[in-house]
Amino acid sequence: MPDAVLHLERLRKSFGALVVTDDLTFDVMPRELHAVIGPNGAGKTTLINQISGLVAPDSGTIQFAGRDITALPAHARAELGLARSFQVSSILPGFSALENVALAVQSRAGSSFRVLGRAAAEAALNDPAMAALADVGLAERAHVPAGELAHGEKRALELAIALAMQPKVLLLDEPMAGTGREETARLVELLRRLKGRFAVVLVEHDMTAVFALADRISVLIYGRILASGTPARVRADPRVVAAYLGDEME
Amino acid sequence: MAVLLAASPARPRGRLQALPAFIFLAFALIPIVALFAGGTYLVSLGSRVMIFAIAAVALDLLVGYGALISFGHAAFIGIGAYAVGILSVYGITDALVSLPVALAVSAAYAFLTGVVCLRTSGVYFIMITLAFGQMAFFTASSLAPFGGDDGLTIAARNTLAGLPLLRNERAFYYLVFVCLLGTYLFCRALVGSRFGRVVRGAKENPVRMATIGFDVYRFQLLTYVIAGALAGLSGFLLANATEFVSPAYMSWQRSGELIVMVLLGGLGSLDGAIIGAAAYLLTEEWLSGVTEHWKVIFGPVLVLVVLFARGGLIGLARGLARRFARA
Repeated sequence: MPDAVLHLERLRKSFGALVVTDDLTFDVMPRELHAVIGPNGAGKTTLINQISGLVAPDSGTIQFAGRDITALPAHARAELGLARSFQVSSILPGFSALENVALAVQSRAGSSFRVLGRAAAEAALNDPAMAALADVGLAERAHVPAGELAHGEKRALELAIALAMQPKVLLLDEPMAGTGREETARLVELLRRLKGRFAVVLVEHDMTAVFALADRISVLIYGRILASGTPARVRADPRVVAAYLGDEME
Repeated sequence: MAVLLAASPARPRGRLQALPAFIFLAFALIPIVALFAGGTYLVSLGSRVMIFAIAAVALDLLVGYGALISFGHAAFIGIGAYAVGILSVYGITDALVSLPVALAVSAAYAFLTGVVCLRTSGVYFIMITLAFGQMAFFTASSLAPFGGDDGLTIAARNTLAGLPLLRNERAFYYLVFVCLLGTYLFCRALVGSRFGRVVRGAKENPVRMATIGFDVYRFQLLTYVIAGALAGLSGFLLANATEFVSPAYMSWQRSGELIVMVLLGGLGSLDGAIIGAAAYLLTEEWLSGVTEHWKVIFGPVLVLVVLFARGGLIGLARGLARRFARA
């Protein structure tokens, strides 16, 4: 069995008396799409925040590509190849879609301390950014200010930003949240195409999407992993059905 | 404040920039106009406007592009000015020495204070920059060998490589002009560069910038140092213009005036900072001739500009231009 690209070991986090991550151990294999499902308040977003470095765990370790990154700040984790999207779209509203993605390319390229030369005219930044936008179907909207994009387009833009970072692991926090049925179908199709380029941790409530995409599913309840395995096994697990899928599948 | 800080898009390039061309042409022509009317009074007033415009452009870099509301910007002007004054006490009166010293000392103060200030944000950033500004002010006030509260008179303007060039009012004017033009072009290039794009991005969404992989703090720190050094340049010129340095150069009121200049002209455009500095100083000059209580008039005018001309004078001008274009 190959080594996990992302490995959480006995991670713990509590906000006051509320334990949101409870002694959690969790693996992501290279190129695997690992879905994390669970009811609201199960601690999914807090988990993503701890992996990406926006929230510090109380104890436990996070290993990424063979390195302990528990103490690293968010920007250093991103530099190592850990990209994420946010549940509520987090973009630069005053920048064009292209500039949003070009910044991610620039981050990857380094040398951001250049104070001369017009960044907006650099083909070395714009061409890969344009390619990432084309990947998510936003090429025609490249010059629209990101703040003026439709909701579904913003979700796609977040994906394009993440793609441009050429990540080893992509953390997706409810990428389908608030999108219509057609857009969801398009996003599922897009993720299916991207699958295999890098590992993905997918937090999602849309069970159709999760079961269509996931190689492995972990069910998170009260900060603990209740069950973990292939979609078929998770679906058949009586504990999962009782605790979560029962209501969700009806 | 939030509304005023909202947007500073990178402007499209390629076509001639009419407004900055007009501004600099007007400044270039002032000494020629002065030959016929106004004389040295007009020339020295023009120098003064451009000197403060340099500091205002630097402040716009922080406030308009980085959302870093520094309330201690005058400290850097004062440090630049004191570099000239203190060196002259020791007989060092050449700009080839005093200018680099002024830039280095103000940049160093910006670095040392920026390391602390930039750990905070929002109101705390305003307060802590104010505190460091006041610290510089009180330090200067207590420098008894260099005049303390009363300030320090400089025997003569700096020489330039031994030549008494700056003592000619017109030559000095054009030196200031070149400094302002250089500052403007440098800042214009900076905000459009890779570096500037990161700074502007951090203003829009710092969390996003961090998760893309940028250590926002380092970029803001360098911006703060650059803005401090440019204010130091302004201080170097101010000391030479007035042949006098005083703790008053660093007072928090002066820092507030600089913020007013930038707001009045229009945030995040650089042109606005120059226009704002000119508008503020010329209004001050004119109104203070009319009445001693000129601030009673100026205050309400400022409130009206902020309320009705979002984007400052430059926003007002753009709005009018658009209306004319449509008619």
